[in-house]
Amino acid sequence: MRRQESIFAGIDWVTVILYLVLVLIGWVNIYAAVYNEEHQSILDTSQRYGKQLIWIGLSLFVAFIIMLIDGKFYSTFAIPIYVVLLGVLVIVLVTARDVSGARSWIDIGAFKLQPSEFAKSTTALALAYYLSTLNIRMEDLSTKLIAAVILIIPAALILLQNDTGSALVFGSFALVLYREGLSGNFLLFGLAMVVIFIFSLLFTPLIMLYILGTIGVLVFFFQRKKTWRLALSIGAALIVLMGMVYSVDYVFNEVLEPHQQVRIDVLLGKKDDLKGAGYNVNQSKIAIGSGGFAGKGFLKGTQTKYDFVPEQTTDFIFCTVGEEWGFLGAFLVIALFSALILRIVFVSERQKSSFTRIYGYCVASILLFHFIINVGMTIGLMPVIGIPLPFFSYGGSSLLGFTILLFIFVKLDGYRLQQLR
Amino acid sequence: MAYQPKHTERMYVMMGIVILVAITFLGRLFYIQVVDESYRLSADNNVLRYQVEFPARGLIYDRNGELLVFNEAAYDLMVTPRQAINIDTAEMCQILGMSREVFIQKLDEARAYSSRKPTVFQKQISGVTYANLQEKLYRMSGFFVQKRTLRKYPQPIAGHLLGYVGEASQTILEQNPYYKKGDYVGISGLEKSYENELRGRKGVRVIMVDVFNREKGRYKEGKYDTVAIAGKTLTSSIDAELQAYGERLMKNKTGAIVAIEPSTGEILALISGPTYDPNLLVGRVRSQNYSILLKDTLKPLFNRALMSEQNPPGSTFKVLNALIGQQVGVLNENTTYRCPRGYVSGKFRMGCHDHRSPLNLRESIQHSCNAYYGNVFRNIIDHTGKPWEGYAIWRDHVMSFGLGIKFNTDLPVEYAGSVPSPKFYDKYYGEHRWKSLTIISMAIGQGELGATPLQLANMTAAIANRGYYYPPHLVKAIDGKPISNRFTEKQVTTINREYFDPVVDGMAMVFQQGGTGYRSRLDSLEMCGKTGTAQNPHGEDHSIFICFAPKDNPKIALAVFVENGGGGSKYGAPIASLMVEKYLRDTISRTAFEKVILDTDLITNPPKKKEKH
Repeated sequence: MRRQESIFAGIDWVTVILYLVLVLIGWVNIYAAVYNEEHQSILDTSQRYGKQLIWIGLSLFVAFIIMLIDGKFYSTFAIPIYVVLLGVLVIVLVTARDVSGARSWIDIGAFKLQPSEFAKSTTALALAYYLSTLNIRMEDLSTKLIAAVILIIPAALILLQNDTGSALVFGSFALVLYREGLSGNFLLFGLAMVVIFIFSLLFTPLIMLYILGTIGVLVFFFQRKKTWRLALSIGAALIVLMGMVYSVDYVFNEVLEPHQQVRIDVLLGKKDDLKGAGYNVNQSKIAIGSGGFAGKGFLKGTQTKYDFVPEQTTDFIFCTVGEEWGFLGAFLVIALFSALILRIVFVSERQKSSFTRIYGYCVASILLFHFIINVGMTIGLMPVIGIPLPFFSYGGSSLLGFTILLFIFVKLDGYRLQQLR
Repeated sequence: MAYQPKHTERMYVMMGIVILVAITFLGRLFYIQVVDESYRLSADNNVLRYQVEFPARGLIYDRNGELLVFNEAAYDLMVTPRQAINIDTAEMCQILGMSREVFIQKLDEARAYSSRKPTVFQKQISGVTYANLQEKLYRMSGFFVQKRTLRKYPQPIAGHLLGYVGEASQTILEQNPYYKKGDYVGISGLEKSYENELRGRKGVRVIMVDVFNREKGRYKEGKYDTVAIAGKTLTSSIDAELQAYGERLMKNKTGAIVAIEPSTGEILALISGPTYDPNLLVGRVRSQNYSILLKDTLKPLFNRALMSEQNPPGSTFKVLNALIGQQVGVLNENTTYRCPRGYVSGKFRMGCHDHRSPLNLRESIQHSCNAYYGNVFRNIIDHTGKPWEGYAIWRDHVMSFGLGIKFNTDLPVEYAGSVPSPKFYDKYYGEHRWKSLTIISMAIGQGELGATPLQLANMTAAIANRGYYYPPHLVKAIDGKPISNRFTEKQVTTINREYFDPVVDGMAMVFQQGGTGYRSRLDSLEMCGKTGTAQNPHGEDHSIFICFAPKDNPKIALAVFVENGGGGSKYGAPIASLMVEKYLRDTISRTAFEKVILDTDLITNPPKKKEKH
């Protein structure tokens, strides 16, 4: 039978090749970041590049296993898998030791795993399963609520582990819900919240009143029908927004942790603390900025090699790209990520199965969120939120988690064609 | 599962976000990587360290190849304040043996200078401290040890003329960008005159460091490094043995000896008493010792050989008047004058001592007759009929021997002395309201005349050469290459060659029976000399002697000046003749005679009696 001769039949090679290229480039940069003359062998497992090589091998093996499993498995067992992982998250919360403030690691033999990295895939499966059920309409309030619950449970558990960054990732599912019919106003409202939050930190409430008032007046005059009702609604909106403006201070000071406050202040340029909280970002910008157009060359990066950039193999791995390969290298990496995400969106849209499509959007949204936050943080456009750059950053859980996330989608896509045959 | 073609257009929103993000990131990256250059500088500041390599300062040898100055390694503890964070202050203080307050104060001072540039934190730490520190230094970020060299002197001689090095002052730092805070620079003596030759050129090693300031290797394989170039070697004109001997003779006396090789103008010895051991002004003890020397009432730091300018040359000056008298035609070798125990003109009387009379030119020098030179001087001044004209002519002749001027050679410091201009007397007495008798004390080298011992030695060299001299200087060769500059240009006096013979004869007769230097004669060697006494209104007169030898083809010319030593024959002549014997014969034959001088202590037992010659 043809079906049995190839598990790779119908596989989307573009996605797979983009994945392999990103993993390879990521590994090369990890090698450069920790390179020293004493340990030159790439197989030296005392060094991070050696360890990462093992994780890459393991990831490829797991990807192969995923391709072997029948495509139906993922939709059938989406909920049980989701529930099992929630259980693991609870176990982690109870048993895990503190590692630099976070309690998100679980020891499995010699390896440490971070279950939150796998929660993204399982949540994506659960969400896709739920939304693809017959007669489910995004417009219904119950749908919205159930979808929200699916997302909030793992996010809350991860938040309790003190891993704020990973918890924020679940916000990216809003894009999936939007694609499935959630009103764009929800996204706009979220965006407006962020904008008002930032502006409120930058300006005094009085100035905010002027700004919002001006916008309100402009909105009023550009409407064709200038009714009292419109004026009243604008006035009401203004009062609500001003209420938000006043609550921002409270949220900022009472809800956010001090280190989070500082990171936001640094990003907004309100603090110029180059020795403390701003150190990471400043050194990161120096490393990337000093790369110039063509970069300093492979293994020639001084800022990363000599440890000026903290977390250079994990969260700040993009610095090595920027320093050693310059603008050209950074361009390539950004192009590859954009291409991968766009490819996933494109492939998702060609699905007949809404389960696969929704899952694909989940993958694209998660990758996009990581990409925006991680790269944005290294070049000073985003606050420092400790989440890895997919396929790039050193770390087994992260690589394995993203590989599983992506290859389930590749399998589901291939399965579509198998069904047609 | 049902196919739901709903909201398909929303994929474009998703794609739009991806593309917008990519464009934003690329724009930002283009700005910080390509447009904004400041990150590159910051990266260099992070990773590059400029380590200065100090060259070895040039060595100084004497004229016979004997080492006078060399270098010894020393270690300075340096600090770069910006990097000095998280230091175990207690441990550091314990190793350095300083209090916490001092430690913090020093760090603040360094920070005040610059927080990025390395500054000297503790100068010249001992070898033991360095060894203790080296083990801990990797934990003391911002601190490192800089190797430097200290001057060392194998013999404790010639402190004045060699000079010393010290840290560059604020003024020097502002004037010359070569010097950085904590650098050493020659402050006096040859160290100062030949600073540019001796210092060499600093080198720079550009190294890379990691975030913990640990050295990680050379930047671009040393492409931007420069090698330190060692300072040049000076060969001084000094004869170390003669210098040391002169310092022994001047022990417990104040004054100076300057010895010159007449054929070259090279200074063979330059002694100022009391002197000091140059090793005292080296290293961390320098400032302490310096202030002790500065407070000493005998002024050991004062270089009398070059700076003692207010003292008149006394009777040594008679030889010049004898030469000028002949040159202007008022005197010849057979001219005789009577001496009624002094020079008498009307009511004026300038006393003289007991000697036979009348005397001719040669004998007038031998006996140092005041009356003879009273007559000669007045004839010189009055020979045109106008004293101010005669005086101006006389003055030009005097100055052609290097009196009243500076030589501007490589001497660390030099005073001009004084030969007053006619205008000086016009001012003092009214224009042209003075005559030869008014200024007659200059006939015997007193009055307004002032000359440094160096100038007297140079005058003697000019007489020894019978009419010319080379500007006196201290360095013969640099890096083995003989110097060739204006120091080696012959300076001709205004006196004709033939007029020197009777004067030189007279100077030789000084050492013969009846001469003022007879006691200091040397049977095996024909020396020429002249005694002098500088009148001292503050106490006992100063003893002066000028001398050269041998009479024909002279090898050494010198001037000796002993403060409060009385007449020139008493200390000046013996010291001069011992110096000559030492230089030309290498051994002293008159040991008893030498012992008297060596044992003389004019500082604790100043002489009382006055006498003039």
